[in-house]
Amino acid sequence: MGKSTVTTKDDAQALFHSLRSAYSSTPTNLKIIDLYVLFAVFTALIQVGYMAIVGSFPFNSFLSGVLSCVGTAVLAVCLRIQVNKENKEFKDLPPERAFADFVLCNLVLHLVIMNFLG
Amino acid sequence: MRYMIILSVADLIVKSNIANSQLFSSYLTSMLSKQHSGRRLFTVALTLSAGALTISRFRISSTADQIRKILFRSQFIEFDQLIEFGMAIKVGIVVVLLAVASICEAVAIFHPISESHLSAALELFSPVAGSFSSLEEAYEALRTFEVLGIEKKPDIKDDTCNSVVDTLSSMSSNSRDLYHALQVNGLLKCKTSKDALTGITSRLKDAVKDATSLLDYYHSIGGLLLIKDQSSEVDVLLKNADGILRSIKALSQSDGRWRYSANNPESSTYAAGLAFETLSGVIQLAASTIDENLIGTLKKDIVKLFDSIEKYDDGSYYFDDKHIDSSGHQGPLSATAAVVRGLTTFASTSESLNIPEDKILGLARFFLGIGVPGNSKDLYYQIDSLSHLENNRVSVPLILSIPATVLSLTSKDKFKVKVNTVLGSIAPPLSVKLMQVFSSGSKDGSVLKQELHFDPKEAIHMLDALPEGVDIGEYVFAFEIVLSDPEHKRKFATGGRTKVPVHVTGVVKVDDAKVAVLEGDIVESEKKLDLPGKNDLALSANHLQKLHLSFLLTTPFGKPFKPHQALLKLRHETGVEHIFVVENSGRHFETTLDFLGLVDKFFYLSGQYDIELTVGDAVMENSFLQPLGSIELDLPKAPEKATQPPPQAVNPYLRYGPKAEIAHIFRAPEKRPPQEVSFAFLGLVLVPFLAFLVGLLRLGVNLKNFPTSTIPAAFAILFHSGIAAVLLLYVLFWLKLDLFTTLKTLGLIGIFLMFVGHRTLSHLASASAKLKSA
Repeated sequence: MGKSTVTTKDDAQALFHSLRSAYSSTPTNLKIIDLYVLFAVFTALIQVGYMAIVGSFPFNSFLSGVLSCVGTAVLAVCLRIQVNKENKEFKDLPPERAFADFVLCNLVLHLVIMNFLG
Repeated sequence: MRYMIILSVADLIVKSNIANSQLFSSYLTSMLSKQHSGRRLFTVALTLSAGALTISRFRISSTADQIRKILFRSQFIEFDQLIEFGMAIKVGIVVVLLAVASICEAVAIFHPISESHLSAALELFSPVAGSFSSLEEAYEALRTFEVLGIEKKPDIKDDTCNSVVDTLSSMSSNSRDLYHALQVNGLLKCKTSKDALTGITSRLKDAVKDATSLLDYYHSIGGLLLIKDQSSEVDVLLKNADGILRSIKALSQSDGRWRYSANNPESSTYAAGLAFETLSGVIQLAASTIDENLIGTLKKDIVKLFDSIEKYDDGSYYFDDKHIDSSGHQGPLSATAAVVRGLTTFASTSESLNIPEDKILGLARFFLGIGVPGNSKDLYYQIDSLSHLENNRVSVPLILSIPATVLSLTSKDKFKVKVNTVLGSIAPPLSVKLMQVFSSGSKDGSVLKQELHFDPKEAIHMLDALPEGVDIGEYVFAFEIVLSDPEHKRKFATGGRTKVPVHVTGVVKVDDAKVAVLEGDIVESEKKLDLPGKNDLALSANHLQKLHLSFLLTTPFGKPFKPHQALLKLRHETGVEHIFVVENSGRHFETTLDFLGLVDKFFYLSGQYDIELTVGDAVMENSFLQPLGSIELDLPKAPEKATQPPPQAVNPYLRYGPKAEIAHIFRAPEKRPPQEVSFAFLGLVLVPFLAFLVGLLRLGVNLKNFPTSTIPAAFAILFHSGIAAVLLLYVLFWLKLDLFTTLKTLGLIGIFLMFVGHRTLSHLASASAKLKSA
């Protein structure tokens, strides 16, 4: 059964390749949003790592930093859902409207974050 | 602090009005009810001592007696109980003993009027701003000055005379004002016209006719009597003397007191005194002779009043008014003074008034027993009454006084006795006999009949030699006055036997004093002491040994003597003290300190102890407190459970001095990471941002959808700048702005942004819709 032993590795590779090819067919604006989400998450992770090293003294600052990243990532995900043309639920929602919501919510989030930052 | 208040209150109350005992007793009751029984005794003792401290105003026995009455009334404590608990109350015991002694023995010394009364009169009666505030006060001052022999200042005289003349000539003065003005006039002899006096006489006579109350009668009759003395030309005699006497008598009561008016049921002894004065005035002013029976009944009334006389244990008699009048200064002093005035003026009008001479002497003792009063009214009452007693027709009291009650055997003092009248004048020829000598505490005394030698130059009776057996100690001498002229026996009151306390002091010899350290019963070291001279011992002992001290005390006559204090004190170098009483048997005084038994009492403190011996008594002239040296004591070590020595008194300056300064320690700031680490991570955080930008470029981001035509372009630019402005505002908010300014600005930018954004996005939407349809 030589085929079965290599199958797992091949399967993983094949899965990965298929994901990549499937992903390349997504529209560009969705890719931008995905990139933004990744950026926000990485920033949050770096902040958590920093806190792990130096301690959580101004805890409010740490929280505000992490929550701003997480919050903006969440809002970006919502935007992606609403803008995605394949999503039947939001068929009638114009993407500009979704973007306007995204901008407004981000501004409110960042006001709160700035207040909590201290 | 509270006890100072008690002292001052007690002093005030006793000074102003001792009959205010209800006030005092209620105060005492309220004070005592708030305290526990243990403290009650102390409070009572302290109050007793407060009362005793006002000796200068009233004598001890009267205060103690009064306080005793108050205590019985307040029913808190029995006098006997106080004596039982004497151990705890050191202060109270002294007062109690004095009170008990005075109650049992009735021993007191009275002194006639002296220099101190003169200086008090000058001080108390000094007029404010050159003149007296009222004619009544002016009369009191002038009368006191006259009795004491003080010269009046001419400028006061002028001022007061003006006031007198004004009052006498004014039509609006009532009989009271006229009475006081006439009193002052009688002393100052101001120039008044005969017409004025005639006018006043007729007004006063009308006032007598219309009088209804006792005071009306008193003032008008008194005024008429004064006019009679001041001017012989004016006719002041009363026609209806009998009728007036009867109407005044109608105000009398069966118990001897008088009422002020028919409507007012209030009666007082003071009013009785005023009534007697008025009645004697009527008798003197009568135009025709008065019915003898009427005068007889009046005499009976006076004698009846004397039934209500009260007595202190030292032999003084007084009258007390049961309730306090609204005018304030009624009390035993004013009531007794009024009765004395009334009695003496009545006695001057008629002979044969039957008042026993010991009561007259008792009244004189009452006034003298006050000492020097503290206010002008009391001084006036005292001096005025004493001057009436000095020359009264019932019996003149003679006062036996002792200039010095302490005799010293060493300086061979002679015992001196003075007999004077109450104002200090010379007495008629008499001799003083020493009848009995009691030693302290005993009731029986040796009966002598030693006559005292009279020195006419100094007017003093002297005892040439003290009776046999009078050694140092406290004694009571009983004297009797014998008048030389038998006629004088009726005129003068000598008072039978007068008892006087005497202290005889002398030097006590201290012999055969020695200190020894004993081991068991064997004397280890013995040293002789020179008492009461200086000594410097240096002994040493351990806890198995004993210290023995002994000496002999003998009086100047060779008898054994027990002093009040014979104490041995051992004082450790740390300041802890122990006191032992030296017991005696007859002449021989000794004490043995057995250190084995005292180890615990000494708190196991070894070291050097200073020895001090105290022997003292009131009658011992050479009482001493001598340091004898020191003893080095070696005591065993203290076991675990031994009591600690009491802490020594801290120097008060140290205790209340400034304490150590406390510096405030601020909260230590939290540990912060080193700056390099923070900067490194700042850079690291920016890396995803850069990666985002790079990713965007790789995805082929473009601005193709940006509107190209002018207006939409402008709006688009404004939209992006609006968002940038908000973000900038947030940065400023974090750096320095506060929330309110931020929100305000945010609101403004937000409105702008909404408008602009709506325009831009709707333009974009319509553009993409067009694209889709096309």
